[in-house]
Amino acid sequence: MRVLVAMSGGVDSSVAAALLAQEGHEIEGATLKLWGGASDSGCCSVSDVDDARRVAQRLGITHHVFNMAEEFDEKVVNPYVLAHEQGRTPNPCIECNRSIKFSALIEKAKRLGFDALATGHYAQVSKENGRYVLSRGVDPRKDQSYVLSMLGQDQLRYLLLPIGSINKATVREQAVALNLITAKKPDSQDVCFIESTKGRMGFLESRLTMHPGTVVDAQSGAVLGEVPAVELVTIGQRKGLPAAGRRHYVVDVNLSKKVVAVAPSERAVVDEVLLTASSLTWTDQPLRGGEKIFAQVSAHGRPRLGQFVVEESVSVRFDRPDSPVAPGQTIGFYSYSEPSRVVGSGIVTKAVVL
Amino acid sequence: MVSLSEARSEEFVYLDHAASSPIRPRVVAAMQEAQAFYANPSGSHRLAREARARLESARETVASALGCQPNELLFTSGGTESDNMAVLGTLGASTVTSPQLLVSAIEHKAVLAPAHHLAQRGDAQCHEIPVGRDGVVDLDAFESLLGEHVAVVSVMAANNETGALQPLAEIAALVKEKAPQAVLHSDAVQAAPYLDLKEIGATYDLISISAHKLGGPKGAGALVVRRTSSFEPLIRGGGQEFDRRGGTNDIVGAIGLGVALEEAIEHRQDESVRLRALMHILQERATKIDAVYATIPNTDSLPGHAHLLVEGVTRDELLVLLDREGVCASAGSSCASGALEQSHVLSAMGVSASLSRGALRFSGGWTTTMQDIDYVLEVLPQVVTRLRGNR
Repeated sequence: MRVLVAMSGGVDSSVAAALLAQEGHEIEGATLKLWGGASDSGCCSVSDVDDARRVAQRLGITHHVFNMAEEFDEKVVNPYVLAHEQGRTPNPCIECNRSIKFSALIEKAKRLGFDALATGHYAQVSKENGRYVLSRGVDPRKDQSYVLSMLGQDQLRYLLLPIGSINKATVREQAVALNLITAKKPDSQDVCFIESTKGRMGFLESRLTMHPGTVVDAQSGAVLGEVPAVELVTIGQRKGLPAAGRRHYVVDVNLSKKVVAVAPSERAVVDEVLLTASSLTWTDQPLRGGEKIFAQVSAHGRPRLGQFVVEESVSVRFDRPDSPVAPGQTIGFYSYSEPSRVVGSGIVTKAVVL
Repeated sequence: MVSLSEARSEEFVYLDHAASSPIRPRVVAAMQEAQAFYANPSGSHRLAREARARLESARETVASALGCQPNELLFTSGGTESDNMAVLGTLGASTVTSPQLLVSAIEHKAVLAPAHHLAQRGDAQCHEIPVGRDGVVDLDAFESLLGEHVAVVSVMAANNETGALQPLAEIAALVKEKAPQAVLHSDAVQAAPYLDLKEIGATYDLISISAHKLGGPKGAGALVVRRTSSFEPLIRGGGQEFDRRGGTNDIVGAIGLGVALEEAIEHRQDESVRLRALMHILQERATKIDAVYATIPNTDSLPGHAHLLVEGVTRDELLVLLDREGVCASAGSSCASGALEQSHVLSAMGVSASLSRGALRFSGGWTTTMQDIDYVLEVLPQVVTRLRGNR
């Protein structure tokens, strides 16, 4: 097979490429230039492109650099800024996967005559009765099926995930054995266009106007203090809040009134999350209303048992009250009978306390 | 198709001479021989004197080709250094009050980046001279920008992406009339194999060239700086290059540049006619493909350039598939990571962003043959159809 491997310049995609080469596929590597600004996340910078190129050279494969910065701005960065303006907390990595890596890049790979696209994600694609199944990677601490939960049959059919069936330690061993420059490279962190030294604030402050907000106790309404930028407050957040005697979590953000409501952990819970109907995706068959599922609300979050509900709106009702979920977050659905199997995804509009 | 190197087994067509031209055998031989002159030319013993004699002989060759005196010819590490020196070195020494830099909007980044740097630092105002859809500097607009505060004018002899020839004589005349205090620079890096640089040398204070665009080595270039021009060195040290660029001279590189320039001059007329014919055929036949356009006609550009705009495809994909078929071409500018960037040249020309995504530059040179052109014309329609068809 002629396979294009998306190489970020990190160890995972390096080993993914190496494994496919060992299997005898005709492979080429591609690094995407997505973000034109400063970056310290461990992917996307010039030195990361160099790392990917060095690995490709080591493996004796052709390496390409594709500039998708325009699409990235349009489909990922601008919506990310807009979402904050509207009080949502999106996951830009998921949006990048949705519209860049597993959409624009797949289209590009097809035009260039590749039979498959491979990435270094920790998840697995398998074939069952002619249908493609997406499931968790075997390394539970590294599993990335959540950030791929929006993929459907059309994408899964074209996708190879060579390292999903091994664990991180093996990946590192392989990289050392092959003497790849990325063998000891730290895992990439966070969002590529947000510098860890400056944070979200540093990125967003030049792009939207921030407003100070008042922090109140959700139950009593008592004013507890202030936050410098209400646009940066996320539901479920604990850090960066005025001291309230005990651990408090954000349970509501009212952007128009500039009020942040907080509650202690036992009251900072939700029973149900409403989903944007148009955001629902299915790896294969859609869930039916009333079906039991496991729901995951963050990249390495603990799966919550719940029920997929189709009533006046689409939602997931948790079996037990659980910690808050911010609007804009993606929720990954996993099969109740086979908990490692991805069923689909949706984007949260609102969390509800019943 | 030619096999240029025995180290490479597969055959390929190299149409990227504007990026770098293969080194000529005579240059290689001269450089190999020059390795024997290892002494530091600044020394006083016999070997140093001999090395110095070789260096100065190379300097005379290059100076005479550029129409300047030997003591006006500075050896540099290449086009980018020459351009940087031209912009920074002249502005740094300028006595013009509230100095302004006038640079064409289509200059190479080697001129634009130092110019923008000076502007950002507040050392000078920088104005970009607009170009028309033909990629040529707008002389009326240029004239209106001229005045007593203009310290440096920089306009390239021919553009590296499109090959568009610039009206150097008219520019020089306007500067002489409207801004006689200004120092006039031309980046002739791309034009050097084809234009008579002596003609430019007659009216320009500074000229940049680079050896590897001429069939010479990388890492060698030159800058003409008139003795009458005030100039502030960028590299200070042992006083080499008439106190204008410190550092022990690269004799081998200087000799390589000299021989490459000699070769280029010797073949200039014949090569210009030959390449013009080849690249004209390439461009004309390529534009027979549906929705493939000539960015500017080859007849208005350097003989080796054939620049195309391929609608409905992206240049990175064009280059990947052409490369797979053994055709080495280019799309214009890349950044340090190797990613293709939006071309500032095409946007200055008013080419729409969507059309400039399909920019494709073929540039022939001394190794290019009719077989190369035939092969590209066989492959290109297939590649374009394939990229469009799967859309």
